[in-house]
Amino acid sequence: MSVSANAPLIEVRDLGVHLNTSRGPALAVRGVSFALKRGETLGLVGESGCGKSVTALALMGLLPDSAVISGSIRLEGSELVGLSDANYCKLRGNRISMIFQEPMTALNPMHTIGRQVAEPLRRHTNCSAGEARKEAIALLDRVGLPDAAKRVDAYPHQFSGGQRQRVTIAMALACQPDVLIADEPTTALDVTIQGQILDLIADFVAERGMSMILISHDLGVIAENVQRMMVMYGGTVVENGATDAVFTRMGHPYTQGLFRARPRLGARKGTRLKTIAGTVPELADLPSGCTFADRCAIVEDRCRVALPIPVDVGAGHGVRCLRTDVSMAEAVGVLGA
Amino acid sequence: MTMLDQASPSAELPLLEVKDLAQRYTLPRESMFKPAGQVHALNGVTAQVMAGRSLGVVGESGSGKSTFARLVMALEQPSSGSVSLMGRDLHRMPADELRRARRDFQMVFQDPYGSLDPRQTVARIVAEPLTALGRMDRASLRQRVAGVLRQVGLRDADMDKFPHEFSGGQRQRIAIARALITQPKLIVADEPVSALDVSVQAQVLNLLQDLQDQFGLSYILISHDLAVVDYLCDEIAVMYLGRIVEQGSPEDLFAHCAHPYTRALLEAVPRARAGGVRRRRGAQSIASQSTGATGCAYASRCPLADQHCRDTAPALRSVGPAHRAACHHAEAVMALPQVAAEG
Repeated sequence: MSVSANAPLIEVRDLGVHLNTSRGPALAVRGVSFALKRGETLGLVGESGCGKSVTALALMGLLPDSAVISGSIRLEGSELVGLSDANYCKLRGNRISMIFQEPMTALNPMHTIGRQVAEPLRRHTNCSAGEARKEAIALLDRVGLPDAAKRVDAYPHQFSGGQRQRVTIAMALACQPDVLIADEPTTALDVTIQGQILDLIADFVAERGMSMILISHDLGVIAENVQRMMVMYGGTVVENGATDAVFTRMGHPYTQGLFRARPRLGARKGTRLKTIAGTVPELADLPSGCTFADRCAIVEDRCRVALPIPVDVGAGHGVRCLRTDVSMAEAVGVLGA
Repeated sequence: MTMLDQASPSAELPLLEVKDLAQRYTLPRESMFKPAGQVHALNGVTAQVMAGRSLGVVGESGSGKSTFARLVMALEQPSSGSVSLMGRDLHRMPADELRRARRDFQMVFQDPYGSLDPRQTVARIVAEPLTALGRMDRASLRQRVAGVLRQVGLRDADMDKFPHEFSGGQRQRIAIARALITQPKLIVADEPVSALDVSVQAQVLNLLQDLQDQFGLSYILISHDLAVVDYLCDEIAVMYLGRIVEQGSPEDLFAHCAHPYTRALLEAVPRARAGGVRRRRGAQSIASQSTGATGCAYASRCPLADQHCRDTAPALRSVGPAHRAACHHAEAVMALPQVAAEG
């Protein structure tokens, strides 16, 4: 692969996804663009129904057949949108892998973990069953499963949640993928285990020069684990930029709202949490114009006319809001205090 | 009831008193010739909740916090120990009396999708605790339902809808309305906001706070999220493998925690702020609950553990005013620099 080190490994341009939901056709994702080089990490934050998982599934080619995808997804220059199923199968688990939220449902309860970790190896490489098994044991050992050689023939139910998530990570990493998508990899786990799993993923990203897309609803997880982040709401990216830049100067009223709504450790007693009024909109009936307009405290008539175009508020820091002059005057998320 | 009992004001007596509560579950037999193993889900827990105050229970999965909730709700019989609500032992009550006593303590569950029957209207769901207590005529029942729905921020018109017509946050409001309708003194909430989105979570937490201010409710809030418990509770108990390892006010616990486990939990919370450098954590293994090992249960994970810890289990002891910890090295832990508060 003679692509220079500076060329993006994966490049997504103006990605759009139309889904057929029970409540009618929905624009689940609109105008998502990003590019990742080798070793770079990107975080996607947002609440349920904001389109972050649909974006991930679009990259993996796992959307239902009825979904209509527009825009382009390029992996080292070759287009993935419209790729045939058979060709996608050659990529999935091989060059792009995914770690799912629920380790319980991501693993097949009827097969031993050794077999499940060896499956991508058997499928994508020419190794024999014996070699694959040996490699599976090495992988399970690498992800920190105690007694890997002994437990390779155990079934998923014989492991704890954290151990199961280690197994799914071993599965995802078996073929040394270029792009790793981690969709809420630690949401089902305890906070102490969460740290270990994130450490493990970070080790692999550094060791193998993978690109990682980390999806989470937890601003803390995003702040500590990725270089760049995108905040999604109603299927659009409302804010994107370097993680430090976004946390230093939050530009979008939604990002600010999310940040303020969290209960924090050691906050003064008796302070009420600042909520965002209303609820997340249904993707099938999004408001015209800015998707956040119905819940925004500083909404104006012009916000409802058309989807705002992202404005740059700093180097590589874009905010999809018409009123950044007002929203950013409040200096939410500024370090200190 | 003696004269003395009647004379003493109820504010002095704890609303809920849990004494030395233990629960053992028998594991499936692994061999025909060996006795079946046992899991000590709860191992001698003692706690009090005063009227109008809240107790938060935190810990990892398997720490026994949900078992504690089920025993306080008298949903199962403990192996030993007692749970008394307003001086009456819930586990030694005749079934009929317990049924009537349930008016005073209600529960809110974690999953607002699973805890509401999809085939029943909101009115029926919310009225169920009342109808279980005895017959009531339809008109006054509907009036009561409308009343609690308004208290949790829903409308009267929502009464005849079905759960699927509501969002997650609204469903949790319905579940809270159901708990409120009997005008309980204590609500046990097991992870009430962990299934909700961040922006909705804040609305529900504010609602719980408002209801407490309005009705003088007590909560037992079970959560894995330290920040949620910190926000809502006056006292926090940290549990590890069926035992309370530290107990105190949120200020004490978070400013100068005295147990290494509490500290590990606090340090593990990712901080949402710029320059959040990854802090590396050493590998930690979870000890098993079924081993009858001597010594401190946390010793295998503890950076401060020494031979004394592995030999002798530390008892819960006072380390400050209303602050207790079960650690031989509590003073050393308290002397460590404070874990940075969140931005």
